[in-house]
Amino acid sequence: MELTTLGLYNQAIIVFAALVLFTSFVMLAQPRIQPLIYTFAWQGLLLAVVIVLAAIVSNHPHLYISAALTVVLKVGLIPWLLYRLSIRLNMNYETETITHPSMLLLSGAGLVVFSYFIAAPIVHLSGLATRNTIAVSIAVELLGMLIMIARKTAMAQVIGFMSIENGLFFAAVVSTYGMPLIVELGVAFDVMVASILFGVFFFHLRDSFDSLDVSHLNRLSETDEAMPLPEAAEVKQP
Amino acid sequence: MNSLAMSSLTIAWVMAALQTLIFIAAAPLMAGWVKRLKCHMQNRAAPAVWQPYRDLAKLMRKDMVLAENASWLFRATPYIVFGATLLAAAAVPLVVVHLPTAAIADLIVLVGFFALARFFTALAALDIGTAFGGMGASREMTVAALAEPAMLMVVFTLAMTAGTTNLSTATEAVLQAGVVLRPSFLFALFALAMVAVAECGRIPVDNPATHLELTMLHEAMILEYGGRHLALIEWAAQIKLMIYAVLIVDFFFPWGIARDFNAVSLTIGVIAGTAKVMLLAMLLVVWETVLAKIRLFRAPQFLGFAFLLALLGMLTSVVLETGS
Amino acid sequence: MVDNMVDNMVDGVPLFLAYSALICTLLSGVVSLFAVRRHPGFLHFGSFLFLFLAGVTDVIAGGWALLTDLTVTDRLALGLPWLEWHLRLDPLTGFFMVLLGTLVTATSLYGPSYTREYTQGDAPQPLPPLGVFTATFILGMQMLLLADDALVFMIFWELMSASGYFLVAYQHQHAANRHAAFLYLLLAHVGALVILLAFGVLAAFGDGLTFDQMRAAQLSPLWAMLAFAFAFLGFGTKAGMVPLHVWLPDAHPVAPSHISALMSGAMLKMGIYGIVRVSFDLIGEVHWEWGVVMLIVGTASALLGVLYALMQHDLKRLLAYHSIENIGIILMGLGMSMIFLGSGHPLLGTLALVAALYHTLNHAAFKGLLFLGAGAVLYRTHERDLERMGGLIHRMPVTAFMFLVGSVAISALPPFNGFVSEWLTFQAALQAPALDNGVLRILLPVAAAMLALTGALAAACFVKAFGIAFLGRPRTHHVAHAHEVPLGMLLGMGLLATLCLVLGVLPTPAIEAMAPITRLLVHTALPTAAAQGWLWLTPVSPQGASYSAPFVLLALVVVYGLGYLFLKRGAAPARRCYPWDCGFGQLNHRMEYTSTSFTQLIRHVFGAVWKVDEGVETTTAGGGPIPRVTGIHHHLHVQDWSWLKVYLPIGHLVLEAAKRVGFIQSGSIHTYLRYSFGTLVFLLWIVSL
Repeated sequence: MELTTLGLYNQAIIVFAALVLFTSFVMLAQPRIQPLIYTFAWQGLLLAVVIVLAAIVSNHPHLYISAALTVVLKVGLIPWLLYRLSIRLNMNYETETITHPSMLLLSGAGLVVFSYFIAAPIVHLSGLATRNTIAVSIAVELLGMLIMIARKTAMAQVIGFMSIENGLFFAAVVSTYGMPLIVELGVAFDVMVASILFGVFFFHLRDSFDSLDVSHLNRLSETDEAMPLPEAAEVKQP
Repeated sequence: MNSLAMSSLTIAWVMAALQTLIFIAAAPLMAGWVKRLKCHMQNRAAPAVWQPYRDLAKLMRKDMVLAENASWLFRATPYIVFGATLLAAAAVPLVVVHLPTAAIADLIVLVGFFALARFFTALAALDIGTAFGGMGASREMTVAALAEPAMLMVVFTLAMTAGTTNLSTATEAVLQAGVVLRPSFLFALFALAMVAVAECGRIPVDNPATHLELTMLHEAMILEYGGRHLALIEWAAQIKLMIYAVLIVDFFFPWGIARDFNAVSLTIGVIAGTAKVMLLAMLLVVWETVLAKIRLFRAPQFLGFAFLLALLGMLTSVVLETGS
Repeated sequence: MVDNMVDNMVDGVPLFLAYSALICTLLSGVVSLFAVRRHPGFLHFGSFLFLFLAGVTDVIAGGWALLTDLTVTDRLALGLPWLEWHLRLDPLTGFFMVLLGTLVTATSLYGPSYTREYTQGDAPQPLPPLGVFTATFILGMQMLLLADDALVFMIFWELMSASGYFLVAYQHQHAANRHAAFLYLLLAHVGALVILLAFGVLAAFGDGLTFDQMRAAQLSPLWAMLAFAFAFLGFGTKAGMVPLHVWLPDAHPVAPSHISALMSGAMLKMGIYGIVRVSFDLIGEVHWEWGVVMLIVGTASALLGVLYALMQHDLKRLLAYHSIENIGIILMGLGMSMIFLGSGHPLLGTLALVAALYHTLNHAAFKGLLFLGAGAVLYRTHERDLERMGGLIHRMPVTAFMFLVGSVAISALPPFNGFVSEWLTFQAALQAPALDNGVLRILLPVAAAMLALTGALAAACFVKAFGIAFLGRPRTHHVAHAHEVPLGMLLGMGLLATLCLVLGVLPTPAIEAMAPITRLLVHTALPTAAAQGWLWLTPVSPQGASYSAPFVLLALVVVYGLGYLFLKRGAAPARRCYPWDCGFGQLNHRMEYTSTSFTQLIRHVFGAVWKVDEGVETTTAGGGPIPRVTGIHHHLHVQDWSWLKVYLPIGHLVLEAAKRVGFIQSGSIHTYLRYSFGTLVFLLWIVSL
C-alpha cells in the first residue's frame, strides 16, 4: 500500500512502528544496563502511542485500555522494578562486551528482511490500513529472541524476553486491532509475575556465581569437563 | 530549437552559474556564522562573521613556501580539491530548482566528487613523508570508507522514494508530495546528519579547532600546506560544510525554494534558504558544544550507527511505505 | 546479385582479419623459438612485432563486428574428419576481441623492454618458452572467443589454461612460483571439468556440440538450472570469484608483469565471457533465482576482495586481490541483469548487463595499466614490497602519472572510466522498486550499499598503494636511485591510460556502440542512453539520472586555469624549504607511515574478516627491577579465511580418504591382475543385462 494514499493518522502509526523497530535495534547493541532499561521503557511508550493511534483510527475503545495497561506496566512498573534491581545488585554502571556488534546489527537487519518475507502472505489477507506494520511486529519479536541469544547478562536477557512480549502485543494490535481484553490482561499479568520471578532469579544467580553473566551456567553441563574454579587456580600458584 | 526555448535555456545556465557563485561566496560566511555562534555559546569573545574572508584573502596574498620534496601532485591537489567541490556545489539547488547543472552530476556523482577531493588530499598528505601526514591520510580514508556507504544508502532511500537521483528533480518530487510522514526520511535525516558531521570533520569525529596533532584527522593531512594552496583547501572545506547543510535542507525541508525564475519566488527562495541554513548552523553549534570529541577507535561505532540508521531507512521505505 | 556478393565479401573481412590475427599470433610463437641466448632480438623485435599486429588486427576485427552488428559463421575442416570446427564472429565475440586486442597491443609495446631483464643478470632465463607460451596463451583466448561449438571452445580453453601454467611457472627456480603454478593448474582443471559438465547437459538436450544446436535445446527448468550452476562454477573459478579465488593472488604476482596484465585483464574476462555466453545466449531464458545467487556471490567477492587487498604489501598481490573485487562488481551487474530479465523487465536487465560489460572493458584497461605500472617499478627497483619503496614520483615521474591514472580509475572516481561503470551499476540497483518481489527490492539496494563500501575501501587501498610506493621518501637505497623506464614500456602504459580517460569521459558513444551486444543477447538496447546527445549519459531517463563526464573534465581544467591565471601568475615563485611537520626535525624514512600502519585502523574495524595474528614481542636483557629493552619486534600475519576454512579441510578430507583406500595398493602384480579381472567380469555382466 502506498504511503501517500493513507491518512495522516495511519502515516503516524507507521512512523511510530518504525521507531519501535529502531528501539529494538538499540537494545540489541546497547552494552550498558541502565540505558538498556530506558530504551525498553521507550519502546513501551512508543508502542502505547501506536495503540492509541490505532484506537483513534479504528474506533476500538477497548484499545485505550490496552494502551493504558502498556503504559502502566511496560513504561512504569517493569522498568522501575528492573531499575531498582540494577541498583540493588550494583550493576547500573556495568557494561557488557558484545562480540562483533556490527555483525549482530546486520543479522538484525537480515531478520527484518526475513520477517518481511514471512509476513507477505498474511499482509495480502489483511485489509487493515496498518497491515504493512505486521512485518515490523514480527521483526520486533525475532529481534527480542536475538537479544536473548546474543547477550550474556541476565538483565539483557530479561529485557529481550519482555521485548518479545512487546512484539506479540504489537502484532495483535496491527493485524486484528488487539486480542480480546481478557487475554491481554492475562498476558500482562504473566509478564508482571515473570519480572518478579526474574528478580528472584537474579539474586540467586549472583549469590552462586558473583555475577549476572549467564555464561556461567554453562558449567551445569555434565558433558563438559569441569572448568577449574578460580579459587582452585589460585591455589596452584606458589 | 526556437529562440524562446534558447533564451530560457540561456537564462537557466546563467542562473545556475550565478547560484554556484553565490554558493561559494556564501560558504565562508556560514563558517564565520558557526564560529561566532560557537564563541557566544561558550562564553568567548567572538570574531566577526567576516573573519573567514579576511583569513582567505590573507592566505591568498602570502608567498608560497613548499616542502623541499613536494612533488607536482602536492601542488595540483588544492586545485583538484577546489574544482571537485565547486562542481558539487554547482549541482546542489540552493535558491531554485530546475538547474541545468544538476544534470551534470546526480547524487551519486556528487558523492564521487567528494571522494575525488578526499583521494587527492590523502595522497598529498603522504607526499612529504611526514608521520602526521600518513596518520591523517590513514584516518581520513578509514572514516570515509565507513561514511560513504551510509551516505549512499541515504541517497538510495531518497532516490527510490523520489524515483530519481537527480537532485533538482528529487527536491521537486519532495515538494510535490506535500506533508507525508515517512519513517524512512526520519532515519535518513539522522543518518545524513551524522555522515555530514563525520565528513566535514566536526565534533565528535574530528575537531576543526584542535591544536593537538595526535587527535587530528583532516587538519593532519593539510599540515604542510600554506599560502594560496591552504586558502583553496580551507575554502573547499567551508563549501563542503555548506553543501551538506543545503543537501539536508533540500531533501527534508525544501519548502520555500523557488520553482521558477520569477523575481518574487527567487526572493522567497533566498530568504528561506538563508534562514534554514542559519538554523542548521545553530543546531550544529549546539551539537558541537554539548558533545566531546570521541576516541578515534570509537569513530567507527559512530559511523556504524549512522549506517544502521541509513539501513533502517532503506528497510522501512520498502517494508512500511510501499508494502507488497 | 553483385551487391549481394560485395556484401558477402565485406562481411567476410572481419573474419578474415580475425584469422590474420590468429596467424600473427602463431607466427609470433614460431619466431620466438629462435630467440635463444645469442639472438634475443627474435623475441624483442620479431615476436612482439607479430603480437602487436595480432592485437591491432583483433581490435579492428572485433570493432568492425561490434559496430556493424555483424554475425558471420564459418566452418574449418580441421580436427577429426566428421567433426568440423565451427567458428562465429558476432558482436559479443567482437567486444571481447577488442578488449583482448587492446591488451595484447599494449603488452606488445611494453614487452620488448621488459623482457630484456630476463637476458641480463646472473641467472638469465631462456626466452623461447616465454614467447611460445605467450603466443599459445593468446591464441587460446582468440580461438575460444571465436568458437561456435563446445569442442573448439574446450580445446582452446585448455590451451589457454595450460599455457597459463607455463607462464606462471616461468621463473620456476623459486618454490613459491612452482606452488602457485600448481594451485593454478589444479583449479583450472577442476573448473574445466565443471564447464565440460555444463556443455554436456546442453549438448544432451540440443543433440549436438554446436552452439546453434544448444541454443535450440529445450531444457526443463531443473536441467537449465543445472547447466547454469555448472557454467557459473566453472567459469567463476577462472574469473576468480570467492571462494574459488585462492589460485589468483598466488598466480598473478609471480608471472612476468606483462603476462600478469594479460591474465588479470583478459584471461579472467574469458570467465565472464563464458558466463555471459552460456547463460544469456545458449541457455537463453534466465531465471531471477540465478541472479540472486550471482548477486550474492558477486557482492561477497567484491567486498572480500578489497578487504584482502588492503592487507597486502606486495604490490602485485594487492592488484591481484583487486581483480577479485572487480570480478565481483561485474558479477553483481550480471546478477542484477538476470534478476530484472527473469522478472520481466528487459530494459532494466539491459541496463545492468551494459553496466557489467562496460565494467569488464574498464577493468581490462585499468588493471592492465596497473600491472604494467607495477612491472615498471619492479623492472627498475626489483621490488614488489611496498614497505621498501617510496618517493618514486621523483625518480619515475611518467610511470607515477600512469599509475595514478590507473589508481583513480580503479577507485571509481570521476571523471575516469571505473566510475562510469560503477555508476551504471548503482543506477541499475536503484531500479529495484520496479520489482514485484519485496525481498529483491531490499536485496538490490543493500548490495549497492556494499558496492559503495567496496568503492570507498578501494580508494583507501589505492591511496595506500600509490602513496606508499610513489610518494614520500624512498625507504631503500636502490629505490632512491631508480630511474624512468624505456619509451616502449611507457607507450604500452600510455595506451591504456588514454583508454581509461577516453572511456571515462566519453561513455555515451561507448555504450551506444555496445547496443548490438544487448540486441543479440536480450533483444533490446538502451533507448535513452544517448537521448540528450553524446555529452550526457542518461541510462534510465533524462529526468531520472544523468551524468556528463565531459563537463566534469572541462570544469576541472577551467578551475586549474583560473587558479593559474589569478593566483599563480604574477605571484613570487614558491620557496622550497624543510618540511614543517609541526616542528619535528630530522625527518627520515623510518618515521613515515608504512603500508601496514596505513591500514591499521581498517584492520581494527573489520577484524573478523581476516585471521589476524599480530603481536609485539619485547626482548630484554639484564635483571634488576627495570630490565633493559634490547629489541621490540612487531609481527603481523594476515590470512585468508577461505583457505583455512574451505581448502585445508577439503585437502585433509582427500588425504584421509586416500589413506582409507590406500590398502588396495599392495604393489603385487597379481593383486592388480585380480583387479583387472574382476572389473572385466563385472563389466561383462553389466553389458549382458
